[in-house]
Amino acid sequence: MRIAVVINEGPYTHQASDSALQFVRAALDKGHEIFRVFFYHDGVNNGTRLTVPPQDDRNLQRAWSELALTKNLDLVVCIAAAQRRGVLDAKEAKRQGKDGDNIAPGFRISGLGQLIEAGIQADRLVTFGD
Amino acid sequence: MSENPKKTFLYLNRKAPYGTIYALESLEVVLIGAAFEQDVALAFLDDGVFQLAEGQNAAGIGMKTFAKTYRALGDFEVRRLYVERESLTERGLSIEDLMPIVHEDENEDYAQMPSIRVVDRAELARLIGASDVVLSF
Repeated sequence: MRIAVVINEGPYTHQASDSALQFVRAALDKGHEIFRVFFYHDGVNNGTRLTVPPQDDRNLQRAWSELALTKNLDLVVCIAAAQRRGVLDAKEAKRQGKDGDNIAPGFRISGLGQLIEAGIQADRLVTFGD
Repeated sequence: MSENPKKTFLYLNRKAPYGTIYALESLEVVLIGAAFEQDVALAFLDDGVFQLAEGQNAAGIGMKTFAKTYRALGDFEVRRLYVERESLTERGLSIEDLMPIVHEDENEDYAQMPSIRVVDRAELARLIGASDVVLSF
């Protein structure tokens, strides 16, 4: 089955990103295709590489980045939601006159159309978050 | 997108218009999604029914009042707004407390038709079950 995932909450405050990560791993293990993971609302905060969680805790951003790079996942951060919350890639940082970017490896920034397209193309759209 | 079959999208709006950003960012998805020419409906339930309340003014809390955007949904071919009856009743509201939202119906000589339809919880459950894509905000 072709599955798309939406994550609507940031890391650590909510368990949504953890649950989604485990769901994606399990789906891939079962042989399903993950069409896209779309990060919306505070979910965009999963895509900053500047988080420094305690060493004895899980590192969600690193887990997503590693999964994206090893499984060739399409991790998309909503640009409108990301701009509100200070998640920028190098191109956007330059365009907005900011002194740095923070997008994590394996993530890309794009528009809400990517969410709608995921709904159209996937057999199932699974949402994580409140 | 024309080579793709149309899907039925149902947006569930469950939160009050202010207090969290979900209502505003849900509207942003609806407006962008309109360009994809899918079969779109919105549902308002739980505190989400307050999103359609008449007479909103967020100036006092320093936020933009975006309620008028709901009135423009008809221009984006979004013509079906379901409001859950039980959610209204539980909050002491009725359809008279909601802003009138209309769309032009080309099959009725472009007459203005009401977009809001009050449905009960069982009917809303059926609508959710019948939708291809459910986005919950």
